[in-house]
Parts: sequence; structure tokens; C-alpha cells
Amino acid sequence: MTETGAWLLGWAVDISFVMIMMAMVLAFLRLGLGPTLPDRVVALDLITMLAVAFAALFAVSSGQEGFLDVAIALALIAFLATVAFARFAERRVVRIAAAEEGASVDKPGGETTGEPDSKEPPA
Amino acid sequence: MIDIITAVLVLFGGLFSLVAALGVLRLPDVWIRMHASTKAGTLGCGLILVAVAVHFGDTGVVARAVAAIVFLLLTAPVAAHMIGRAAYRSGVPLWEGTKIDELADDERKKAVERAAEAQRTTEEARRGKPTG
Repeated sequence: MTETGAWLLGWAVDISFVMIMMAMVLAFLRLGLGPTLPDRVVALDLITMLAVAFAALFAVSSGQEGFLDVAIALALIAFLATVAFARFAERRVVRIAAAEEGASVDKPGGETTGEPDSKEPPA
Repeated sequence: MIDIITAVLVLFGGLFSLVAALGVLRLPDVWIRMHASTKAGTLGCGLILVAVAVHFGDTGVVARAVAAIVFLLLTAPVAAHMIGRAAYRSGVPLWEGTKIDELADDERKKAVERAAEAQRTTEEARRGKPTG
């Protein structure tokens, strides 16, 4: 019973490794394809989550419980990375909008003095 | 027996991870993809961590595995919410099959109100100028 159990566990761990690696490949495809930045952030989030699962699975397969610590540390970093990327994606848009506004309002007025602001609506 | 339980948990964890990645690759827009990655991914990862806890059965390992699962369950929704908000605010297009977009309706209503307010103030200013 214990031998068949151990055999079954080894088999299941191997199958699961294969599935997680296939999942990693699919997530990397989305990371490369992703038409927008949030798509890539989602793919990166999934990749780190799969890496956490991989580290935990490796703890089972190798019998070394230290790999669980790797999984925990990776989960912490994954959260911070995702939050940072999300904030970056949000603030980048604000910055681009501000830059465009500054380019269309401030710069023509500041650099080409004397030119009338043709875009101003007649009051 | 413990080996069999671990094997089943590990298999299901791998399966859910694969389903999550498949969803992220195949689904049509960011929010629907996030729906796959956040839920199926967390479940797959959590099942594998449960498998670790069952396999070692040691107090320290179980505590760490439970801590990791709790952390995952706490952070996944926060991260997903932040990505979703960032995606919406940065104007990522929704899937063309989207039926309800209450946030856009809200924003449109606010924009219409703002435009009406601006119209009113300019008209008042125009009316005030010739006389004053």
C-alpha cells in the first residue's frame, strides 16, 4: 500500500510539473502577445503565481521543506511587483495625459510668444 | 493513504494552474483574463500548498503552508482590483460582447453634467458682458 502510494505520488508530481510548465509557457505567450500593458501585468502575475506553485511542488518532490520558504518569499514579491506595475500602468496614463495637455496648452504659449492661441474658444 | 491524498491534491493543483493559464491565453479581454488567472490560479496554487502541508504533516511546515495560503487569498483580490482599475483608467478597450458598463454610464452622466454646468457659466458670462 505504501509503495503504490509512493509510486502514485511520484507519478502525480511528475504530471503536475508538466502541467505547470505548460501553464508557464501559455502565460509567457500571453506576456509576449498581450496587446496592452495590463495584459502583460496579468500574465506576469500568473507567472509568479505558477512559480510559487512550482516551488511548493518541488518541496514535495525533493522532500526538502525549505523550498516552502522560497514559495512564501516569491508570493510576497509577486504581490509587491503586481501592485507596483498596476500603479505604474495607472500613473503612466496620467503622466501621458498631463504631458499632452502641457504640450498643447503650456508650451505653445510659453515658447512661441506673440502667436495667438487659435484654439481658444471665443468668449 | 497520505500519499494518495497528496497525489490527488497535487494533480488538481496542476490542473487548475493549467486551466488558469489557458484562460489567460484564450479569453478575450483583460478583465475576463484576470478572472481566470486570479481565481483558478489561486486555487491551483492553494491546492499545491495544501498538498505540501499534508505531505510533510509537520507543525512548522503546516503553519508555513497555511500562512502562504492565507497570504495568497488576501493579496490576489487586491492585486486583481488594482490591475483592473489601472486597465480601465488607461482606456483598455472592453470586449465587444460587453453588455453592461456601469462605470462608463456613470462617467458619461458626470461628463454631461459637467458640460451643462460649463455651458451655463459661459452663457451667464456672455449675458453679463454686454450689459456690464
